Amino acid sequence: MDFSMTPGTFLFEAWQARFSLLNGLSVTIGSSAITIVLATLLGILVGITLAYGWWPLRLLARLYVDFMRGIPVLVLILFTYYGLALFGINVPAFWAGVIALSAFATAHVAENLRGAVQSVPAGQMEAAKSIGLRFDQRLRYVIIPQAFRRMLPPWVNTGLEVVKGTTLLSVIGVVELLLASQQVMARNYLIIDFYLLAGAMYLAVNFALAQLGGMLERRFSYLRY
Amino acid sequence: MVEQVLLRAIGVRKSFGALEVLKGIDLEVRQGQVVSLIGASGSGKTTFLRCVNMLEEHDAGDILLDGDPIGYRVEGGKRRRMSETAVSAQRARIGMVFQQFNLFPHLTAEENVMLGLTKVLGKTKAEARDIAGHWLGKVGLEARRGHYPYQLSGGQQQRVAMARAVAMEPRLLLFDEVTSALDPELVAEVLQVMKALAESGMTMLVVSHEMLFVRDVSHHVVFMDQGKVAQAGSPAEVFGNPESERLRSFLGRFHGFF
Repeated sequence: MDFSMTPGTFLFEAWQARFSLLNGLSVTIGSSAITIVLATLLGILVGITLAYGWWPLRLLARLYVDFMRGIPVLVLILFTYYGLALFGINVPAFWAGVIALSAFATAHVAENLRGAVQSVPAGQMEAAKSIGLRFDQRLRYVIIPQAFRRMLPPWVNTGLEVVKGTTLLSVIGVVELLLASQQVMARNYLIIDFYLLAGAMYLAVNFALAQLGGMLERRFSYLRY
Repeated sequence: MVEQVLLRAIGVRKSFGALEVLKGIDLEVRQGQVVSLIGASGSGKTTFLRCVNMLEEHDAGDILLDGDPIGYRVEGGKRRRMSETAVSAQRARIGMVFQQFNLFPHLTAEENVMLGLTKVLGKTKAEARDIAGHWLGKVGLEARRGHYPYQLSGGQQQRVAMARAVAMEPRLLLFDEVTSALDPELVAEVLQVMKALAESGMTMLVVSHEMLFVRDVSHHVVFMDQGKVAQAGSPAEVFGNPESERLRSFLGRFHGFF
């Protein structure tokens, strides 16, 4: 790599491309953040249905989770974008991608939550019952706080998968970090340099996310039996 | 004077699959009494105790608290389970202390006691904190109010669990082998708190293998065998005059104390 500031060198071209790359990065972070929030909220609902739902609902949730985990995310993204258009539903590429990724990540969060909830000792539910808490209160004040600690590591994992999964949005024309980098390369042909730069930026985002997860784990480390 | 009947069980039956563990239990607990259930493992005493606050659901018979049926109501000749909310309200009137303590590990000792007070009884945080302080003081743990369960010994955890149960001012307290998971040297501190509760007039239904405690503190002892009440009476009657060979051999296991 040539680090002098003349046209055709990496530093010069990177500086020239700074706004495209930052735009791409913000789309990557934005779509990841929305997906993680949506998937967490929906995943909690689906997960609780998996663990405690009335059996027809539970069956439905089970089918959903198995289906979503069984098909490639890319197929899901292409279906949401092109497939829905066939039915006259036109979703902007960005939102089609976010919906598909959220649907996928929801399944993962749901399955993690179910496992976490069911690993809380049965005595906790019984103690919560014995002081007269209603079902929703038992979940909210006793089970979920304990399940939360247990599902933190897989939850962070899902978050990392989502960030990496946003690269697939490039296929339907969303200019996120990967596609933005490729567009820059098409102008300056510094292919290795800019793939490395993109890789470093993904790494930075995911490193920050993993650190955040580690912080949360330490914050809840008093949860022992 | 004979106190009124607080808890009455009539023909309570319960099966786990093909195995019938309760074969028609009749039992009475009067206001202010300590009634102990004794018997070998598998005799059904813990299952019966758990039926009283609907941790297990009995298949037939009635359990009445203050005359109200627990968990099931007969409507139009059909036995119907009450709603989850109604059952929860009934459970709030019955406290329970468990063999494994079951303190909430994400809450401090004080918060463990406060949870039911604020969320079930609707007390303010400040009121609940005062009440929790009072009961933690009664069990000798006021200095540990800010500790998490893992920072407490088994005996201390069990005393917090008792404070959590009794702070709700239940009509009836259930004790399910509460000293069985404790190291021998910690048993005494827990039994002492139970004894103090009994002396304060709390109505208690106790499953225990601590025969000396059962003999000294109970008003009434119920010996259960194979899902039935085999003998019931005052401690003097049950321990002094065991009617069946079963009870004699059961008591004989306790180092010839009886």
